[in-house]
Amino acid sequence: MTDFLLGHYVYWTIFALLMIGLYGMMFKNNLAKKLIGMIIFQVSVIMFYVASAVKWAATVPVLDPATGVADAAKYISPLQHCLMLTAIVVGVATSGVAFSLVILIYRHYRTLDESVLMEHMKSS
Amino acid sequence: MMHNSPALVPLLFLAAAISIPVLGIRKTRVAYPLTMVASFGSVIISFHNILGVWRNGPLTYHFGGWFPPIGIEYVLDPLSSFVALVVNVIAVFVLWHSGGIQEREIPGKSVPYYALALLFLCGANGIIVTGDLFNLYVFLEIFSLASYGLIGIGERQAPVASFRYLIMGTVGASFYLLGIGFLYIVTGSLNMADVRTILPHIHGNPAVAAALSLIFIGMGIKMAIFPLHGWLPDAYTYAPSTSSALIAPIGTKIAAYVLIRILFFVFGVKMVSQSLPIADGIAWLSAIGILYGSVMAMAQNEMKRMLAYSSVAQIGYIGLGIGLANPLGYIGAVLHILNHAFMKGSLFLVAANLRKKTGQSDIPRLDASLRKKLPWTMAAFTVAALSMIGLPPTAGFFSKWYLALGAIDRGNWVFLAVILVSSLLNAVYFFRILEKVYLVPPAAQTTGEDLHPEAGTGRGSLVGEESYPLMMPVVIISFSLLLIGLWNATIVKEVIQRVIPLGM
Repeated sequence: MTDFLLGHYVYWTIFALLMIGLYGMMFKNNLAKKLIGMIIFQVSVIMFYVASAVKWAATVPVLDPATGVADAAKYISPLQHCLMLTAIVVGVATSGVAFSLVILIYRHYRTLDESVLMEHMKSS
Repeated sequence: MMHNSPALVPLLFLAAAISIPVLGIRKTRVAYPLTMVASFGSVIISFHNILGVWRNGPLTYHFGGWFPPIGIEYVLDPLSSFVALVVNVIAVFVLWHSGGIQEREIPGKSVPYYALALLFLCGANGIIVTGDLFNLYVFLEIFSLASYGLIGIGERQAPVASFRYLIMGTVGASFYLLGIGFLYIVTGSLNMADVRTILPHIHGNPAVAAALSLIFIGMGIKMAIFPLHGWLPDAYTYAPSTSSALIAPIGTKIAAYVLIRILFFVFGVKMVSQSLPIADGIAWLSAIGILYGSVMAMAQNEMKRMLAYSSVAQIGYIGLGIGLANPLGYIGAVLHILNHAFMKGSLFLVAANLRKKTGQSDIPRLDASLRKKLPWTMAAFTVAALSMIGLPPTAGFFSKWYLALGAIDRGNWVFLAVILVSSLLNAVYFFRILEKVYLVPPAAQTTGEDLHPEAGTGRGSLVGEESYPLMMPVVIISFSLLLIGLWNATIVKEVIQRVIPLGM
């Protein structure tokens, strides 16, 4: 049991981060805090990919004459990192759009409190 | 031409979307014609593609000459070329219509609006043709970011609705990304066809089940399947009419298509209906969603909001067809993607015309004068509403018919009852409007107008109902609902039946 918990501690951390992100998005009343939750959530997915690429006793995926090409298992798979570069860019774009929406909302309503905003939306 | 054709449509939209802001710096008037050229071009290419696929079988394109599973592959098979054609045809009509209404609804924003609309279509077409799981995620985000923007440029409440959609949509996309992460860890591949061949050899690995459920939840949010539909009503209601007419027919259908693609063509029918029985869950959730959406639609007083809830119900039909996981249900689901795209497109355009003409689209304030003010629009509305209810020669009848046959085939009478009851509920909320417009006898104040056609709103507005860009698309889409209904056997036999997934 302890082996199971300790052996996968990275994944438990990521799981905890995912839950923190979800908690922020669901239970925080302020839109900016919701946004922070969303970013934590996205980043933990990125960490999940990076963690899945970890390999002991292997080297960076750059051809090393000492290691040679005979045994591909001696190199770390570079694919997850490449994918996550794209995912990070996507994440930045999403936060950009989200921040601009938050600014728009604040300009219209002078508040970011969701319960107040819901009142405004119902009344108008 | 033929060799490169799978990649052409997304690239055409991307190129147009980038050139609009650049050219629009000096001349904003260039945005609309350029959009129409790109959109019309995409219809021609899609038509060419579907004919090519029909004659020569599936087409593939390998980006940069890297062969799968290493490189990214675009695949046009009968299913993807069909959905691409549906999306591009509906988009060309909605964009045509937007020429008459966009300046009034979102004045001075034609450059951002058309650039976003083209990015939205670029993402949609990319999702449809790609054969790579991660590439799908990237296109999904292009598509979603563009739709957040399209919703957010609406009225005062729109940014709030758009923000909530953004939070939900990002959670959905992240779930999808987690899901393909699990799949990649297990199979070591991201190419759909490759994963399809590897997965059956992996027995009893919980990561596959995790991947399946994560991808389902992610796509379920984007598709607004029943308990995950929370973002949809506000987003559709507060978006500018022209944006909601673009997003409502295309947005949720794309997610439904992804679900079909991944459940049946990556995981395989056997896995989703037997070893990891997620299909049953989808069917039951959809059945609840059908009833919930229809009941909520009856309770709404604003037409766009009613149509939004009705979208939740209609997505339920597609989900039900997917969940039945038998050939008839599958035909029903794919046919309903086509039908619902045309019906919702038409209905949202009608709502847009109503808002332009009368300044609002509250159902209690609709009255008999509309049948004179907007004769063609209301006629189109009638056809689309009859199709939503599912009266025989219209298209809506046939997809429900296949779904009902699928439910009978499966021996599940509850689903059959749900389909029938929801048709009645549809009838209730659409006849509510039709009654106000057509069946109310010329009482009280309307009598006067009927006796004196020259007076009041009578003749003048009959002539100038709408400008042509506002009237023609609505009429053509609604009329084609009849054509789709009459030709549905051809569509099913020549297109949909060719890609019934293996093992159904």
